[in-house]
Amino acid sequence: MIRTLLTSLLIVFAGMTQAETLRMAVTTSFNNSGLSDVLLPVIKEDTGLDVQLLIVGTGQALRLGEAGDVDAILVHSKASEEAFVAGGFGTHRREIMYNDFVLIGPDSDPAEIAKAKTAADALTLIATGQHSFVSRGDDSGTHKKELALWATAALDPAGFEAWYNPVGAGMGASLNTASGLGAYIMADRASWLNFGNKGTLALLFSGDPVLFNQYAYIPINPERHPHVNAAGATSLETWLVSDKARELINGYTVAGEALFTFNAGPK
Amino acid sequence: MVNNLLPLTATGLTVQRRGKTLLGPIDLRLERTGLTVVLGPNGAGKTTFLKALHGIERLNAGTLTWNLTDAEARQQQAFVFQSPILLRRSVAANLAYPLSLARHPKALITKQVAQWAHRIGLGDALSRPAHRLSGGEKQKLALARALISDPKLLFLDEPCTNLDGRSTKEIEAVLQEAQQAGTRIILATHDLGQARRLATEVLFLKSGRIHESGPAASCLTTPQTPELRAFLNGDIVE
Amino acid sequence: MTDIWQGLVSAFWLVVTLDADLVEITLRSLQVSLSALVIASLVALPFGTWLAIRRFRFRRTTIAILNAFMGLPPVVVGLLVYLLLSRSGPFGVLGLLFTPTAMIIAQVIIITPLIASITHQAMRELWAEYHDLLISMNIPSRARIWTLIVDGRRALLTAALAGFGRAIGEVGAIMIVGGNIDHATRVLTTAIALETGKGDFALALGLGFVLIGLAVSVNLIIHALSGTERGSRW
Ligand SMILES: Nc1ncnc2c1ncn2[C@@H]1O[C@H](COP(=O)(O)OP(=O)(O)OP(=O)(O)O)[C@@H](O)[C@H]1O
Ligand SMILES: [Mg+2]
Repeated sequence: MIRTLLTSLLIVFAGMTQAETLRMAVTTSFNNSGLSDVLLPVIKEDTGLDVQLLIVGTGQALRLGEAGDVDAILVHSKASEEAFVAGGFGTHRREIMYNDFVLIGPDSDPAEIAKAKTAADALTLIATGQHSFVSRGDDSGTHKKELALWATAALDPAGFEAWYNPVGAGMGASLNTASGLGAYIMADRASWLNFGNKGTLALLFSGDPVLFNQYAYIPINPERHPHVNAAGATSLETWLVSDKARELINGYTVAGEALFTFNAGPK
Repeated sequence: MVNNLLPLTATGLTVQRRGKTLLGPIDLRLERTGLTVVLGPNGAGKTTFLKALHGIERLNAGTLTWNLTDAEARQQQAFVFQSPILLRRSVAANLAYPLSLARHPKALITKQVAQWAHRIGLGDALSRPAHRLSGGEKQKLALARALISDPKLLFLDEPCTNLDGRSTKEIEAVLQEAQQAGTRIILATHDLGQARRLATEVLFLKSGRIHESGPAASCLTTPQTPELRAFLNGDIVE
Repeated sequence: MTDIWQGLVSAFWLVVTLDADLVEITLRSLQVSLSALVIASLVALPFGTWLAIRRFRFRRTTIAILNAFMGLPPVVVGLLVYLLLSRSGPFGVLGLLFTPTAMIIAQVIIITPLIASITHQAMRELWAEYHDLLISMNIPSRARIWTLIVDGRRALLTAALAGFGRAIGEVGAIMIVGGNIDHATRVLTTAIALETGKGDFALALGLGFVLIGLAVSVNLIIHALSGTERGSRW
């Protein structure tokens, strides 16, 4: 019996052939958008790179990069990214594309945020009415963005009462919670469109330019972590800023809506 | 075959547990030939005594001196327990166990196992699980397993309790054969008939000490102490 | 209720169409958990048995620690293994992080105490039964352990299967040390966590049913194999 077991294990192991791999930490929101499923096969075809995605929060992505456990990161939290590069963990920061955040809530919209002029107004309405709100609370890029928005509205979540629920979870899990509570929540458009358990939730507010969400690519510094696949990281970067990438990113839609806008600039 | 494991000299054997003396002090010399029967009321210390001689009961005092080194001595003894301990295996595997531990060749083991199984009337039961045997069959199996590796000294702790007359006879026949083949036997029993049939020497234990001992012929017919006399009469021994 | 029904339907379709991704992650789940099981058993079965028969000074303490380790929180194990295997950690040079090997290591740590502890419990009883005989036969300690392992194999099988059950259903540790990378370290449990995160409950539940089915089949197969090994039962 043990022999049969070992043989079958061997077969499984043998099945894992090693191509040139590149590990990239990306945010949950990027992966949930479904864009990676479109890009990765083409990247493999064009560059021969087998890109392995580690889907984590921005905070963890940066930690993985600092430790040298990935070859590159693709995140959306400008301030932390700049600190990361300044700390010598990444060679440079390259902007690739952006998507936007939206405010979601019960379709009855008790706080009437659909009529708000700016994102800050919408949040103020929710806070004054003390309507249930779910926050990621996980130090992710999305979470940081939400905190920044509260700050623009001159409000401090630290003083909020029980209607404010920081769940400390990823985008999908947080949306699940909001769906269960019938609460308001801020999400990136991609995760929202791909989310399968909408329940009574609806998109209530979007379009304020402060809600734009810039993604940037940072290769890990090989001087700090000599083992990283620097050559692979460079060729992935070249591909990510190419016309082919522009076409695929701008052309990617979910439910008929474009999610991302390509805006790769020079180094 | 000369039984070079013996004679055995035991001096001052003492076993104490929880501050209570269960056995001893006991002084004893065990000669090369004969069949020793250990008699005594329940709780007299017969089991403790056999285990102490066999070396599996921790001694609080006393020494055992074999004619061979201690290591050799340990290899050449076997013990049949009061309630048979059988491996959770088949009859054949139980019989084969001591032989395969001694790394006997496979063919020899198979042959020996078949012979012994036949001898104890379990020839057709080789592949049956030992735990499914009847009480008497279990006791016979335990005996056969003890004898299969040809020990020079065999301890038997009431091997025939729960056996009917016929099984008892069978076992006694096996024992006598083993004795003739050179195995020295020490047997604890409550069966006075069996003692009379088998014993050449008697040890009467009471309260953990040898109360009376001697050749079977004299001990069993003309006991010297009132306690042994009472015991042989079937009276209560105080 | 509809979600559960949809989960069943999606499990059904995943299985009958032999969905390529499903096959891949199922095989990987098996690969990781069975490897962990084999390694953990090689350590835990003899160790648990040894613990049952050997008297030594810190035996009670060892057993207490072992029993406490049965309840090791997988996430903590995952985090520790992550920190050890990270490029910046002591074993970083091995480059094992985010590979199936890392997942196997984490699972071995999680299930070894469990298997050893159940083994110890079962072997203690068997040892009590065999003690006098094996001592009387003057059997060397290794052969004693072997005899107990062979004769206690049913109990050991139960111990191993308990370990397997815990391994195959574990998500916290392997998520951290494996990273849930598609086509590299994604297994059934991490895929379920991912799909739940996306709110795709039907797919998540479908995978869940596949996982349960897998656990049940492995149990049945192993029991069938060990049952035919010997006609008798104890
Ligand atoms: N480990 C122990 N701790 C305390 N007392 C013990 C221990 N082992 C045996 N005894 C006691 O020692 C005495 C002798 O026991 P032993 O089993 O030797 O008697 P026995 O003569 O074989 O009796 P029986 O005819 O009933 O088999 C008994 O009173 C028993 O209860
Ligand atoms: Mg007794």
